[in-house]
Order: sequence, then structure tokens, then C-alpha cells
Amino acid sequence: MTKVSMTVNGKAASGEAEGRTLLSSFLREELGFTGTHVGCDTSQCGACVVHVNGVAVKSCTMLAVEAEGAEVATIEGQAAPDGTLNTIQQAFQDHHGLQCGFCTPGMVMSTAALLKENPKPSEQEIREYLEGNICRCTGYHNIVKAIMAASGQDVSAIAAE
Amino acid sequence: MYEFDLVKPATLTEAVAALGEEDAQALGGGQTLIPTLKQRLASPSKLVLLSGIAEMQGISVEAGVVSIGGATPHGVVAAEVAQSYPALAALAGNIGDPAVRNRGTIGGSLANNDPAACYPAAALASGATIVTNARQIAADDYFDGLFTTALEEGEIVTQVRLPVPEVANYQKFVQPASRFALVGVFVAKFADGVRVAVTGASEDGVFRWSEAEAALSGNFSAEALDGLSVEAEGMMADIHGSKAYRAHLIAVLTKRAVAAAV
Amino acid sequence: MPKDSGIGASPKRREDVRFLTGTGNYTDDINLNGQAYVHFLRSDMAHGRITSIDTTAAAAMPGVVRIFTGADFEGVGGIPCGWQITDKHGEVMQEPAHPVLAQGKARYVGDAIAAVVADTAEQARDAAEAIELDMEELPAVIDMKAAVQEGATKVHDDLTSNLCYDWSLPEDNKPAVEEAFANAAHVTTLELVNNRLIANPMEPRVAVGDFNRATGDSTLYTTSQNPHVIRLLMGAFVLGIPEHKLRVIAPDVGGGFGTKIFHYAEEAFCTFAAKALNRAVKWTSTRSEAFISDAHGRDHVSTIQLALDADNNFTALRTDTYANMGAYLSTFAPSVPTWLHGTLMAGNYKTPAIYVNVKAVFTNTVPVDAYRGAGRPEATYQLERVIDKAARELGVDPVALRRQNFITEFPYATPVAVEYDTGDYNATMDKLEEIADFAGFAARRSASEARGKVRGLGVNCYIEACGIAPSNLVGQLGARAGLYESATVRVNATGGLVVMTGSHSHGQGHETSFPQVIAEMIGIDESMVEVVHGDTANTPMGMGTYGSRSLAVGGSAMVRATEKIIAKAKKIAAHLMEAAEADVELKDGAFSVAGTDKSVAWGDVTLAAYVPHNYPLEDIEPGLEETAFYDPANFTYPSGAYACEVELDPETGKVSIERFAAADDFGNVVNPMIVEGQVHGGIGQGIGQALLEGAVYNEDGQLLSASYMDYAMPRADDLPFYQVDHSCQTPCTHNPLGVKGCGEAGAIGSPPSVVNAVVDALQSMGKDVTHVDMPLSPARVWQAMQG
Repeated sequence: MTKVSMTVNGKAASGEAEGRTLLSSFLREELGFTGTHVGCDTSQCGACVVHVNGVAVKSCTMLAVEAEGAEVATIEGQAAPDGTLNTIQQAFQDHHGLQCGFCTPGMVMSTAALLKENPKPSEQEIREYLEGNICRCTGYHNIVKAIMAASGQDVSAIAAE
Repeated sequence: MYEFDLVKPATLTEAVAALGEEDAQALGGGQTLIPTLKQRLASPSKLVLLSGIAEMQGISVEAGVVSIGGATPHGVVAAEVAQSYPALAALAGNIGDPAVRNRGTIGGSLANNDPAACYPAAALASGATIVTNARQIAADDYFDGLFTTALEEGEIVTQVRLPVPEVANYQKFVQPASRFALVGVFVAKFADGVRVAVTGASEDGVFRWSEAEAALSGNFSAEALDGLSVEAEGMMADIHGSKAYRAHLIAVLTKRAVAAAV
Repeated sequence: MPKDSGIGASPKRREDVRFLTGTGNYTDDINLNGQAYVHFLRSDMAHGRITSIDTTAAAAMPGVVRIFTGADFEGVGGIPCGWQITDKHGEVMQEPAHPVLAQGKARYVGDAIAAVVADTAEQARDAAEAIELDMEELPAVIDMKAAVQEGATKVHDDLTSNLCYDWSLPEDNKPAVEEAFANAAHVTTLELVNNRLIANPMEPRVAVGDFNRATGDSTLYTTSQNPHVIRLLMGAFVLGIPEHKLRVIAPDVGGGFGTKIFHYAEEAFCTFAAKALNRAVKWTSTRSEAFISDAHGRDHVSTIQLALDADNNFTALRTDTYANMGAYLSTFAPSVPTWLHGTLMAGNYKTPAIYVNVKAVFTNTVPVDAYRGAGRPEATYQLERVIDKAARELGVDPVALRRQNFITEFPYATPVAVEYDTGDYNATMDKLEEIADFAGFAARRSASEARGKVRGLGVNCYIEACGIAPSNLVGQLGARAGLYESATVRVNATGGLVVMTGSHSHGQGHETSFPQVIAEMIGIDESMVEVVHGDTANTPMGMGTYGSRSLAVGGSAMVRATEKIIAKAKKIAAHLMEAAEADVELKDGAFSVAGTDKSVAWGDVTLAAYVPHNYPLEDIEPGLEETAFYDPANFTYPSGAYACEVELDPETGKVSIERFAAADDFGNVVNPMIVEGQVHGGIGQGIGQALLEGAVYNEDGQLLSASYMDYAMPRADDLPFYQVDHSCQTPCTHNPLGVKGCGEAGAIGSPPSVVNAVVDALQSMGKDVTHVDMPLSPARVWQAMQG
């Protein structure tokens, strides 16, 4: 076991990890950030997406030790301190972009990364960007719609709700 | 995963020394190795992290050659060679998914040489030079079948030098589940000829389709490929496609690559 | 003007806030003090005799608490099956024992042989690898038709064969059906496979067993759609724990789609081991493990024949199906190809004579059970494909052929044992033609052609039986459980309400939609109503959520309980207003006396119920809490018409979905936003089945599609925006809300239209292709084009 320290959602956090401890396990089990989910073991589903030093990564495919000293952002840090949802979170709620909620943390974190590099993505760009985030509930319709809305695009022409 | 020790060398020399130990293995971005470790299909005693080695980072372009540090993630390649080598940027920007592209590295991909990976096609078609801590290896001598390369035990891909073609294009037909290449064809036209590299298809891993190269070197147009086909024998077959289907796709994708490059 | 509250409104989901902020509470988020972890050693052989298991070395590994094998479960009950089918000869089905850990033989790749409990999950896995297991490999039985051949290797030595049952519906119809075929002007025959699927809810299964030595109580936290069912099956049949000593909690559950209905061995193991070790025991499935331990779905091989007269009226239908059960009978497996499949074979059509035969077969594969739609997608697929094929053979418009044969008068008793209460199939087809823009198809086809692509249009109808169902009927059909639902409505002194329901929400949004109903009934704000579900300790016995039943059955129970609340509240209000009870009206959250200005607020009445100073104590008890159990009089019959437009790349065989439209009749709708979301999700899974997904075994019984690397899950770029509509509403006649259920429709209704569209595209390019089996992967479509 070694001590691993990082900043999670702006606050210092540290805990014990083995060499083989994944960042996702470290966040969930050692630090208690259970909002990051693990839905597969082949690095495809994206429920575990967090940001490390400002870029989206699959926390199930990174060792905790590799994040030593890093700035980590998780779903728990996305809303304002008073609980107000951020624009992306609010759009997901407004447009019913989630059902069971399990893939949602990864969807929100991937969306944040997308909008950072492409503030007004087209439908096709959104769909392609979500290649690494699998949702089994929504058929993606309302997720794509929510992301378009979160980026300030008019979604009223997309099938009504 | 089995338990292992981790070392984070700051220099190539330290990394090479660490890899000299029994059952030590290099960890690039980990996007293939970590899932492999999770399935307990590998059991290194020590993992040597390459991500902290400054000399393996970064991209430079000079004299018509793009040089990419072995530890450079796909996402960085996609962004930084967009002007200098657009076909390579497009390829890098379509490996895995965005989060995978932020971790996975060109050196890791070439060292692993997955038969369905994209980078081997780019390296082979570009006539790249694979630079390691010990030597320089021409791409034509580097790839050696499925998951096998000319690398020696403990040898690290520190840089990849890719001559920039006059025009080039990569066509990837994805396997619907993994989104790896079911077949991928990279066509690169140089002043002295055309190189065509095919990934995803052959039982022997990435290969050059020499008949197509000959035809295209004389006449760089999709029509030049009319009537050319690849033997189904020797292609891979699985639940996603037969040998014949893969062979068929090679011809289709090569034409499309040429058409897109012209 | 859409409503902004109550029935018919689309308030934002209240459960979303916790899911969007990472504060949900899924089973894997639960960690108990001092918990140990279990790793299951699973068979890597499809069929093998266990010759020896030596755990000595493994038991000495670091952190190991104890290793369990089949021997530890001798005398412990097996995993029960909840449905017994009686076959066409009047014999009951063959039902093998299903031990918690394999006894003597492993029967599929993934069958659990031993369980290692250790201090950490990795230690448990490390030690599992040190178990010395010797197995003698036996021939694997994978192909269903081969499995029922004379002399085939038996999956279960103590059964007479691999045939679980040979069932028909109705056997008496057989002569009439044969006569109709003999007299038919045209017969269309189609052989098809309904591909084996894996449900893949994004949350893998998790179980945490706990035991309190002081009280002797066991608790199981589990990823279940129906915690009471798990409590009953596991307590009564496996572990012998009376229900009052066993609590089952299914907290936030990350999707179910059927595969989390069933009682699994891992749940029983964790509960058993927690007691044996006096220590909490946790199991978290990896996705790789899920592929070989979650019940699979579908996997039917069918031959269907449709007989038509000279005027193209359907005169008879017969179908022959082999249905894979896998190696053991999962909880509701026997009901899926029979009562959830055969009874739907009439579809939306007035075919007078129908005969259905189903042979259920044991194979050395993962058990197969209900997956979203369960039996109904298989029925719909056969029927809607054979109709499409008939239309092409006859050279008639597939839509016109369907319309000509629609059932138009209700109630309608089908020849296959069910009675549809309401429906209007022409109305949904009319709506479909509008939203799918059939009129514009020709222009779109030309535009595709100009791009070198081939466009196809496919249409189908569907009907499903939901809201499963009357207990007395399902009892006759072999169910070993009732299928009512329950609700307790507790009104607090200050007027707020809590609904404790046996339904379980794992994505369906009950926490939002159930309060809409109560708020409408009482005339109060939805925020005054809270929903509690998922814990057997604080909800009444209920049967849980599957078969699109929550609102139709669970919601009806809630309505009945609320009606009792209102009746009692009116008594109290009458007393407070010194009026006759019969004159008291409840409107907008206030009680008034007709023709007077007397009025008391809802809150005054609820306060009086708990502070009964001025209260008719001689007539009624204090308090305001009521429970209702609702057992429906019939299934509900949602229906609809779906259309898919595909574009086919003639060079590669790749199919892309360009447009998808769904016109559904769900009866009344409580929350349109949620209903549409359910349809979207169902369509996504249906397109997944049609184009992408397939669980494939090789002849040795190895699962080739054992991870997301080979099992193609639909991604965002595989799917389009969908046009959905539910404005055609023929309310259910026998439940108080007039609702029919919407959870499965999309998955039932979409695969045939996709395949019909691809066949349309292939024929339009002159290919003589009448059928391609799902999934229509590029390779398969290309292969079909070569033939």
C-alpha cells in the first residue's frame, strides 16, 4: 500500500492504494465518491468517466497512483455548492436525459468535456462523441437533445415531450 | 488484477533500467494493458509508467516528417497534426472514444500491435521509422504478425517518425461492438510511389497490399483498382465477418481511400 | 394546452437530482461494517463432471475467510422456478434441480462451482485461482434441434431428455388449422431465428448479505426489480428463512429490463454466507461475469406459416418454435415462450384459426428468461415478418394487407386464449402514416439513390399483453405466485402523503408519476406526495415491476388505497362540517358541502384524523392510512404501428437507421414525458436486437460474444431521433386509470419494421432476398446480397 494524494473537486483528498488499485475503485471505495460508477471492465461503457487535469478519462482504466497530485473532477463536484444544478445537469433533467441514472455521471462528465472543446456541437458530433458512453435506458434520444439544449441550441423542433 | 509494483521513472534511462528486471512491463496509456490486467491475462511483477518521461512527449514537424513522442496520446496527435498530416490526425481522432484518446498513446499502440488497431496501418503506409531507446526500425521491418513486433524484451518505442505523403486517407470500417477496425485501409501517395496498408483483416496482422500499390503508383485513381481483389485465404474470420467479407472490404475501402485522397 | 400538474402533465423527474449529482444509492454504493467479499469460481467448461475440488491451498491464501463448495449446500434448497407448464399431453414440464453451487456437474460456462469469501475482493479472486479443480469434460449440448434428437447427451442425467416441455395452444384448434391450410389460396412460410440477447442493464448485479446475530434477522441488499419476490423465493424455497426474519432491500437499481426479476444463486449465497460467517458478504459482478451469469433473453427458432384466402384474408396461422431454456430453469423462464408468446400470436388480426407449438429445450448455456417484452417480441416478430413476406409474395401493399385483416370490434376473443378489451388499429396506422411521412418516402428513396445508397421502408404493428395479470388466470396457467400489486397510502397529520408500493422503480420514474395520480385525485400539489419502494420492511407485499405492469397494476392498487383514504376523509369532513357524508365533495384539496358555502381544507381533515378532539370516534378510528391490493381482471393490451426507414450501403452491407416512427396506443397516459422516454429506450433496444446484438455460442459452449468487445451495444451514433406519438388512446376498460403500460412496447414493436425495411431495400435493388436473420450486421447483409 502507498499513500496517494490528489485534489478531488477542489479539495485535497488522500488514501491508501495498492499498485493495482484503479482510480475508479480509489474514488469509490477509499474516498467515498460513489457517484462514479463502473459498468464494464473493457473500458467501453463510460459510466466511470471523470476529469483528470482537465481532460476526460475512464477512471476504470487508470491506476490510482497515476493520478497522484492530479486535479480530479467527479460528478459530485458539478453542481453549485448550494446544490443548484449546472447547465448540463439541468438540461438532462429538463429533457429527461436519464432514466435509471447509472450511466448519467459519465454522460454528464463526457458532455462537459465535449462542450469545452466544441461549444455548439451538431447532432452528429454529439452522437460520435458519445461513442464511449453507453446508455441502455434512453435510446439516446433525450440525451442528445439535452446536450443540444445545454449548448444553447433550440431543440423545440426535435420530437416534443 | 494481480498485484504488482509500480515505478514512475522520470527519464528514459531509468525506465530502461527498470524494464531490465524480471517480468517488468511498460505501461503507456494503459488503455489496452489495464483491461488485459483486469482479465488477469497478464501478470507483470512490475509496471513501469512511461507517462512521466518528458523526452517521450511532444510532436515536431520538420523536413516533411512528423515526429511523435511515444507517450503522446491519440487526442494530442489528432489536434496537433491536423495541419501537417490531416489523414493521420483523422485516424488518431477516431481511435477508441474521446476518453480513451486522452490516455492511449501511439507508442503503446505500436508496441502492442493489435491486428485491428489503426496506428499500425498509418505507420506502415507512411513508411514510418519506429525509434526505440536502442535503435531505429523501419516500419516494413517492425510489424511481425499478431501482437508481435521487432521489439526486444524491455525495448521502448520512444518516438515515431512518419514521412508526410503528398496525399493520404484512412478508411476505417468499424467492428460494431469493439469499434476497432473490422478492416482499415491507409493509402499514402508519395512522390516515389503509393503505399497501401491494411489492418484488421489478415491473420498475419497489418500488411501492405502490393498489387494495389503497383496499380496506384502508375495511376492514382479509384479506377486503377478495378478488378483487383484480395484473396480471402489468410484473412481473419469471426462472428463479425468472414474471410471473404474482409477481403471484399479491403477492395472497397481502398477505393474509397483513394477517392477521398484525390 | 398541456397540463402542468396531475394526470397528463410532464413534471420534471424528482429522482433525477440525486442521479445527476452522484448522490444515488445503488447497491454497490452500500458497504457494511466489516464486510467480506465473495468471488465465484465459475466453470470454463460448458459441460463437465467435477472429479475433485481441493481448496486446501486456496484456504491458506492471505485474507481468505472461508471457501464454500457444492458440498456446503447439500440439504439447502435449490433455486426455484416460479412457473410450471403443463404440456400438450397434460404432463407437467421436466424440472431439474438448480443448486446454489454446482453439485457434481457444471452445466454451462459460468456455472458457479465454488465461492471464496475473503477480506478483499482481489484476495478472494487470488484465492479462487488457487483452488485445485479437476473436471472431466463432457460433450456440450448447444444446438436446440440437436439437443432433442434421440441419443443426444443429456444436460441433466436424471431427466428423460433435454425436452423441458412440448406445449401447444390450443391443441383443439389443430384440425381446424390444418383444414384451413388445406383450403388456402396462398400459404406463406418463414423460418426465422429470434436472436439470443443479453439484457445488459448498465449496473451489473450486486448482492450484499447481512446477518444480525442479536435478532437472528437476515438482510439482503440486491439489484432487484422485485424485492418481495426475492424474499419469498429465497426465504421459503432456498434458505428456509421465514419472511419476518428476512428483509430484502433493492435501493436505486441501475436498469433491469427483466434480467433483475429473477432470483439468482449469488443472492442466496451472500445471505447464507453472512449467517454462516456472522459477517456481511458482498458480491459485485463484473461485466464479464454478467455476460455468463445474468439470465439471457429470446433465443427462439421458429417456423411460421400464414394461410390466406383468394381475397387475401388471413384464414389460419401455425407456428412451431424451439425455445432455449439454457441449462436450468430461471425464475419465469417456462412462461416466456408459452403464455407470454403463444397467446399473442393473433396479433392485431382477426385470423380465425391459430395453432402454436413450442418445444422448450435444455442446453449447456446460460439460463434464458424474460428480457424486455419477453415472448411478445418473439410473437410479434414472427407474425409481422410473415405478413410482410406474404404481402411481397402476393404483390400487395403490406399496410393494406394489414389493414384488411385488422380486428376492428372489441372486446375481441382471440383463438389463442385472451380477450382484447380495447384498441383501434386503424387509428394508430393512420397516425403512423402521418408521422412517418409515407408520402415523402419516394423522394427520400431517390435522394438516397443519388448518394449511392439504397433506402427501404418497413412497417409493422404489434399488440402486447401487459399489466400481468389476474392471479386466478395465471394460477391456472402454471404460475406459482399471485400477480396482484399493493399500495399503502399513509396520510400524515399535516396533510402530506406517503405511498408505499410493491412496484419498484429502476428508471421508470415512479417517484414522479405516482404522486401525479394521487395529487389529481385529491386536488393537492404533487410535492405533498412521496413514494417509498424497494424495501420489504416498509412496503406491503408486492410482486414488483416487469411486464409493463407498474401503473396498470401497482398504480391501480394506489388508486384503490387512495379511494379508501378519500372515503374516510369525507366521513371526517362531514363530521367537521356537520353535514351528511353523501353531500361532501372533494375538489382542489378542499371538502365542501354541495349547495352551501361550508368547506374544510384537506389539511384540516388530516389533522383531525390524528388529533381527534372533534372526531366521530364512535364511527371511525383515528388515523388516515389505507392499504389496497389490486388484482386485475385481465391483461391490458397496448398496441401500435411502427415504421422504420433504413439506408443500405450496397458495397459494404452496412445498414443505418434514417427514420423511425412509433404510433402507440397506451390508453390513458399519466406522464407523457416519461412514456415517450420509455418508448425511446424500447426502440433503442429493439433496433439493437435487429441490427447489432447477438449472444453467440460456439459448438463447445463457449460464449463468443462475452464482452462489449464482441456484443454490440447500441451507441448514440447507431440511432436516430425517433418520432413517437401516443395520441391514439383507447383506455383500458378494467383498471381505474384506464392505462395499459408502455415499458416494453418499443422493444416489441421495433425489430420487425427494421428487418422489413432492410428486405424492402434489398428487393428494391433487385436482390431475391426474402429474409435475413437478426442481427442484420453488415457482414450478414452483404452475405445475403451475394446469394
